[in-house]
Amino acid sequence: MPLPLPNRFDRVCKILDDHDRNPAHLIPILQAVQDEYRYLPEEIMVYVATSLGLPPARVYGVATFYSHFALEPRGKYIIRLCDGTACHVKASIPILEALQRRLDLTPQRKTTPDLRFTLETVSCLGACGLAPVLVINEEVYGQVTPARAIELVEALIAKESPHVTANA
Amino acid sequence: MTPALPGQLLIDGKSVAIEGERNLLELIRKAGIELPTFCYHSELSVYGACRLCLVQVEGRGILPACSTPPETGLSIRTATEEIRQIRRLIVELLLAQHHSQCPTCGKSGGCQLQSLARRLGVDSVRFKPVPRLPTPDRSTPSLVRDTSKCILCGDCVRYCAEVQGIGAIDFAYRGAQSAVVPAFNKPLSDVECVLCGQCAAICPTGALTPRSELPEVWKVLDDPTRHVVVQLAPAVRVALGEQFGLEPGTVTTGQIVAALKALGFAEVYDTAFAADLTVIEEAEEFLKRKGGGGSLPQFSSCCPAWVKFAEQYYPDLLPHLSTCRSPQQMLGSLVKATLPARLKIDRQNLVMVSIMPCTAKKFEARRPEFKTNDQPDVDFVLTTQELARMIEERGLSFTRLEPASMDMPFGFKTGAGVIFGSSGGVSEAVLRYALEKVPGVKGDAIEFQETRGDAERRVVTVACGDQQLTLVIVSGLRKAREVAEEIKSGALKADFIEVMACPGGCVGGAGQPLSRSSEARRKRSRGLYDTDRMLELHKAQDNHLVNRCYQEVLHAPGSHEAHDLLHTVYHSRRRINQENLRLSDSPPTQPVTVRICVGTSCYLRGAQELLRDVNRFVTDRQLAERVDVRATFCLEACDRGPTVRINEKILHRADLGQVIKSIEDILEVLTPLPAGST
Ligand code: SF4
Ligand code: SF4
Ligand code: FES
Ligand code: FES
Repeated sequence: MPLPLPNRFDRVCKILDDHDRNPAHLIPILQAVQDEYRYLPEEIMVYVATSLGLPPARVYGVATFYSHFALEPRGKYIIRLCDGTACHVKASIPILEALQRRLDLTPQRKTTPDLRFTLETVSCLGACGLAPVLVINEEVYGQVTPARAIELVEALIAKESPHVTANA
Repeated sequence: MTPALPGQLLIDGKSVAIEGERNLLELIRKAGIELPTFCYHSELSVYGACRLCLVQVEGRGILPACSTPPETGLSIRTATEEIRQIRRLIVELLLAQHHSQCPTCGKSGGCQLQSLARRLGVDSVRFKPVPRLPTPDRSTPSLVRDTSKCILCGDCVRYCAEVQGIGAIDFAYRGAQSAVVPAFNKPLSDVECVLCGQCAAICPTGALTPRSELPEVWKVLDDPTRHVVVQLAPAVRVALGEQFGLEPGTVTTGQIVAALKALGFAEVYDTAFAADLTVIEEAEEFLKRKGGGGSLPQFSSCCPAWVKFAEQYYPDLLPHLSTCRSPQQMLGSLVKATLPARLKIDRQNLVMVSIMPCTAKKFEARRPEFKTNDQPDVDFVLTTQELARMIEERGLSFTRLEPASMDMPFGFKTGAGVIFGSSGGVSEAVLRYALEKVPGVKGDAIEFQETRGDAERRVVTVACGDQQLTLVIVSGLRKAREVAEEIKSGALKADFIEVMACPGGCVGGAGQPLSRSSEARRKRSRGLYDTDRMLELHKAQDNHLVNRCYQEVLHAPGSHEAHDLLHTVYHSRRRINQENLRLSDSPPTQPVTVRICVGTSCYLRGAQELLRDVNRFVTDRQLAERVDVRATFCLEACDRGPTVRINEKILHRADLGQVIKSIEDILEVLTPLPAGST
């Protein structure tokens, strides 16, 4: 259940206060905002720019420069599939396709409409020995197959809708 | 090769004295070698990105001249084979991803990429072309942005931030996607850009160009049912000649009038006539304020980029802006109000075109305040460059045209109106009027050398009877911001402040022929001051045709009629267009919606604390079911912030008590709160 706005808005204010509204802290501030909101909403970036006395275009520039920042809402579970050389060779693409089919996603549409899942590919997670590698939030899974990936996702779907399981 | 003496270094074997140059590039240029550059401009910070200025420094290797400080004894070579190859390579790489469409590009002829390719003898591109797709942004009436032609030199970014103090465009994304864009990649019309166009003037390529209205103007000129008249701004007459090989500052008024007539304009009027009128209205307004009737200092209002800037950033200074319309708009409304009756034509069929040195004037002409019955007072605005293109297209041999003269009455001007085109001109013209009108002051002074000059900020004090008048003259909006801040804080006291967004005033406008030197600007100013001297009259009040206009139409300065035709109002304006904060996912269903503005002005006036307190109130009283509180951005009442909207009602200078009262009032009507419900 998303929090009502006022509470959420208070949080960006707190983050800014924690950093003394110091424009030199733009990057850590954006990081904290992203931790709080899971992405960088446009309105929040404008507010950050306002209170740091920076032009919004500068804040946007920084936010789009670092691939770490997301400008679109992202899901509760962020699935990152490695498509680095080692994983690619060990058939990461069929995993990607299986997940896209299961979650009804496309290369353009990376997040499910209910904001549960985001599916992204990354190049090399530095765990090539385990190829192909899949990371869900902070959890790393090695030597994944399409079937195993689907299994992991199904488990999360079940966990996310307990009432459905209970009724079944 | 001779060894260098102290304080000297060698450039291509010749010894050159170091005389305070900040970098090798300046020194090399002083030595008469035009090193190619894209990203170096003496008035901007050094960026060092384009790498075109590379030179060979003996013992140190290849270094960018723009960011290497001069040192005694260095030996520099500017054109070794290796350097020549690097330069060509850079240009080839740029061309490979450039959406080259030179013949149809707005910058063609003035493009640095085009001219460098030619200069460096680049006759082929050895790389596979991967041009980016053009995505032109035509959202504003003033400019066209096309990032497919951008070479990422950053000149526009630095100009907007460093000289205009705005930062409306900046680098975004990374790698091959890198681009210069407005915030959130919005169209330029939705951000805080004031349309001064200086970014387009400095942009070496066609990525930023003034937007042309030529097709529309050609069309009305060819329509026999339309009566097309034109007005010519002062700064145009001292710059247009440059497009035809004349020196900057050459006064070509007569040829321009002849050209305009040949192009089919029925009447040619002078914006300087309206500038005379502006002087009278603005000086009268000033004297009235000085006499106790309004806010001082009075800021000038003839620069539309400055007006938009003030509306966005200084809503509380808006009462200080002169209510006078700019000369362009004064002439537009006056001509449209009087000419139809005189010529017995339908107002609908009268078209007013203006020739301006400026891109922001295109925006000004479209402001809703300057429409009468939904029709703009000025229909089309062409820049100096666009007029030159018309003359070329029509095949007129500009320098051989027989001079012609303007049409009466709106073609008659004094020197006061002409010097409006230079920074300091408005102040000087107002002084020539005001000093004569103050009782007991002998007003025979005509030229005020103190108001003239190059500094971006000048302070002039003039004795006026037993008082001292302080005038501040600024050009460039970063300077204007400094002055506005000092006025707000009380650090600066002044009576009259003249602001021009472009360096040097309108002569340096972004619609003028492209020129990279401030020398051209100075010469154009000279041209205007010389014109003033050559005219018989120098004071606006001596313009008998302006005076006749008062007798017949306007009655008196500041009269009701004058207010209708010559004055305007200003509005606070949001800087960035966006939706309300949409952080809460459900649409509001509560009976009371409270929207608290957290835009900059309101933020500075404590909107954030107010939001917190209102929120606490709602939680404490358990009203969350019925009252929906959200933050919003800029309700465009910034001068009276914090602004709060409660259902349909807008509260200005809102405080917690007021907000609570309004919430309670509404709840009371809906469902009277049971006594002691809290
Ligand atoms: S037109 Fe002026 S304000 Fe707008 S982006 Fe260009 S330099 Fe900045
Ligand atoms: S738009 Fe023009 S001035 Fe700006 S970075 Fe691109 S090429 Fe340079
Ligand atoms: S001018 Fe030196 S790097 Fe561009
Ligand atoms: S900032 Fe414009 S109304 Fe609040």
